[in-house]
Formats: sequence, structure tokens, C-alpha cells
Amino acid sequence: MSQSYNRGLIEDFGRWKEFSAGMWAWIFHKFTGWMLIGYLFTHIAVLSSAIAAADGQTMMVAGESVDAYTGTIQGLEGLFIVRVLEVGLLAVAVFHILNGLRLLMVDLGIGLEAQDKSFYASLILTGVITVASVPTFLTGVGL
Amino acid sequence: MSTQQQEPETDAEPEPESQETPTDQEMSGLSSPQQKRLQRKHEGAAERERAAAEDDLEGDTVHLKVFRFDPEVEGKQEPRFDDFHVPFERGMTVLDAVIYARDEFDSSLTFRHSCRQAICGSDAFFVNGRQRLGCKTQISELDQPVRVEPLPHQEVVKDLVVDMDHFYDQMHSVEPYFQQEDLPDGELEEQRQTRENREKVKMSTRCIWCGACMSSCNIAAGDNDYLGPAAINKAYRFAMDEREDEEIKEHRLRIVEQEHGVWRCQTQFSCTEVCPKDIPLTEHIQELKREAVKKNLKFW
Repeated sequence: MSQSYNRGLIEDFGRWKEFSAGMWAWIFHKFTGWMLIGYLFTHIAVLSSAIAAADGQTMMVAGESVDAYTGTIQGLEGLFIVRVLEVGLLAVAVFHILNGLRLLMVDLGIGLEAQDKSFYASLILTGVITVASVPTFLTGVGL
Repeated sequence: MSTQQQEPETDAEPEPESQETPTDQEMSGLSSPQQKRLQRKHEGAAERERAAAEDDLEGDTVHLKVFRFDPEVEGKQEPRFDDFHVPFERGMTVLDAVIYARDEFDSSLTFRHSCRQAICGSDAFFVNGRQRLGCKTQISELDQPVRVEPLPHQEVVKDLVVDMDHFYDQMHSVEPYFQQEDLPDGELEEQRQTRENREKVKMSTRCIWCGACMSSCNIAAGDNDYLGPAAINKAYRFAMDEREDEEIKEHRLRIVEQEHGVWRCQTQFSCTEVCPKDIPLTEHIQELKREAVKKNLKFW
């Protein structure tokens, strides 16, 4: 045994088709967690326009003069891509919440035999809630 | 003739009943997972039989693709897959197939095996993208070609043989042996365990050290210091044993609650999925997490 062959990590993500429910739940939970952290930064950036508004800065939105905060929000909400991103944010947040509840049950040792089913359930529920939210998020915005 | 045949039957009939009643009583006291497992086992057996009858692979050959690598031979240092066409027999396992390939085709094909009945834990392979025991996996259940590879995340020594040293080190680091200073009085007195306590640790005692769980664990792959599911399960087996003193249990919890202990587990359930002995590894790790928290909350 003078040397041995180390295959490294190749076999891991190359075989994503064979991942089980628990593995997918873990990957999605990590992914959505990072997405939510990323959103927090953009959230802070948008809300910080309230500082400018407090200083009395104004901007023009649709021919009207409004304060900087309202203007920023209205300007962003007027964009179609922002509305789509909001739907995505909702989907990410809902999955993270539902899977978080699932992980809470796993931590408490409740229903570990059904952990794969609860993952599928949280996926389906996320899908349903996301689809149901689309009319609310996409009203009053043109392409 | 017929009376002679009937007599032993009537004789035999009450016997199994009387044998079964105590086990039945014991069974009803068992946790339902055991019954579920048995039911699943029966269903699986029935399905296998059906599959075997339908497929009727008999007379057919099995196409094996076996991972080959030998650092000591010039032409084999580059890993490759060898094809073997092994005649199928009913009830053939993956281990039977590779044994046939070695005996009949290529005697240099190297793999560990011993008992052939899922007790010794030597022949865990990576078969068709999953850690399985070669001797416990029916060829008829697998899609062909059957890819047989050494366990992932362990260094390959030769062909299907992987270096198990690290796995054994982790197993030993949780002190996998009974530690009890105070022995009961009386020379012939035994250290008795309650039935309930035995039931609690029963599944964890089934570990055969095959290393399939450790190999499947994504965290163990990335963190070499992580104890791994098998070692934590071993720690569970002794930490939950009520015959050991409270101080020893605390000592055991101190081992598993370290940075690379139970808290590395991210509940992916990979180990539980692949365990050939159906040990609920994730459940045991989670229970040790709760025990560790409870121990640390007790500040008085």
C-alpha cells in the first residue's frame, strides 16, 4: 500500500440524480438561507433611502414630486422584474419556513420515518402558495 | 399412511404456538418500528420473489462493471472499469457475482468478504450509485449493467478495497466498550439490564462496522475530524445503557458534543438510507444532541 488513489469529491455532485429526499432538503435549505441573507442586504439598501427622505430629498416619479423613500419604493415596484423577484423571494422564504419547521420536528425526534414525505409536502405547499401569490404580486404592472 | 402423516402434524401444531406465544407477548411490548420493519421485510421478500419469477433471468448473464485500480502494477495505475459477464443464478447477490468473476475470469480482482450473510460487514461496495452490502443485495433488484465501485470518500487501496483505518479510528475514539467500575455484590451476580433499556439500545447494537454510513455522509466527506454516524451510534449504544454510571454517561456525552461530534450532523438522512442493518442513525444522533443540550442546561 505504498500509494492509494484518492477520487476526491468528483462522485458527489456528479451523481445529483441519485440524491435522496433528505439530501435535497439540505441543499435547498442552504440555498434558500443564502438567498434570504442576500435579500436582507438589498432590503437594508432600499430602506436606507428613508435617511435621504428625512433630509428632505425629493425625486420625480411619474411627473409627481415625492420624497426619496416613497420614490425609490414606487420606482422599484413599477419594474416587472422586481415583481417577479418578489414572487421568487416569497417562494424562497416559504420553503425556508416550512423546511425549518420540518427540521424542528427532526430535532425534536418527531416523525423521523416521515422526513422524506414532509420534505415533499413542504415542496408542494411552497409551490401552491407561490402560484397563489402571483396575482397579488403582479397586479398593476406592465411589461 | 394418511393417519401416520396426520399424527405428527397434530403433534407439531401446538408446539409452534406455545413457542410463539412468549415471543408474541414480547413483540407486543416492542416498539412498533420493529413490527414495521418486519412487515417491510416480508413485503420486500414477496416482491423479490415476484420479481424473480417475472424476470426469470435464469440462463441469462449479468453484466458487471467493476472498478479496477492497482497502484503496484504498471498498467493498472490508471483507474478503469472492467466488464464481466457472469451467468445468473436465482438468488445471486452482488458478492456472489464478483466472487464468480474473480474465480472464473480474473483472479487479481480484489475485494474484502468473509461471512456472506451481512454479519461481518466486510463487503460494503458502491453499487449502482449507492452504498450497499454486496452479500445483501440481490442482482435481480438492480438495473444492468451493475456498477461495482469501492466506497466513496475512502482512499482506494486496490480495486474494491478501501482504507478503513480512519473509520476504525473514529469508532475507537468514542470508547466503544462497556465501562462500569461498581460491580454488583456477590460473586455470581450479573449486571442486569431492563427489557425496556435493551429495547432502547437494540437497534444501535446491530452495527457491523461496514462503513457504508460514513461513506454516504456528505459532512464526513468534508470534515475528516467528524466522528461520523457509525461512531456516534456506537456512543449512543453505551450512553443510553442504564447499567453504566451517570458520570460515565456524562463522559461519553462530552466526547460526542465536541466541535466535530454530533453537532456536525445536518440531518441529511443519507446514513439512515444506506445502513444495511436498518439502524435509525439520524434518530440516534438527534437524541444524543438533545441529551447533550439537557446536560449543559443542568448548571446546578
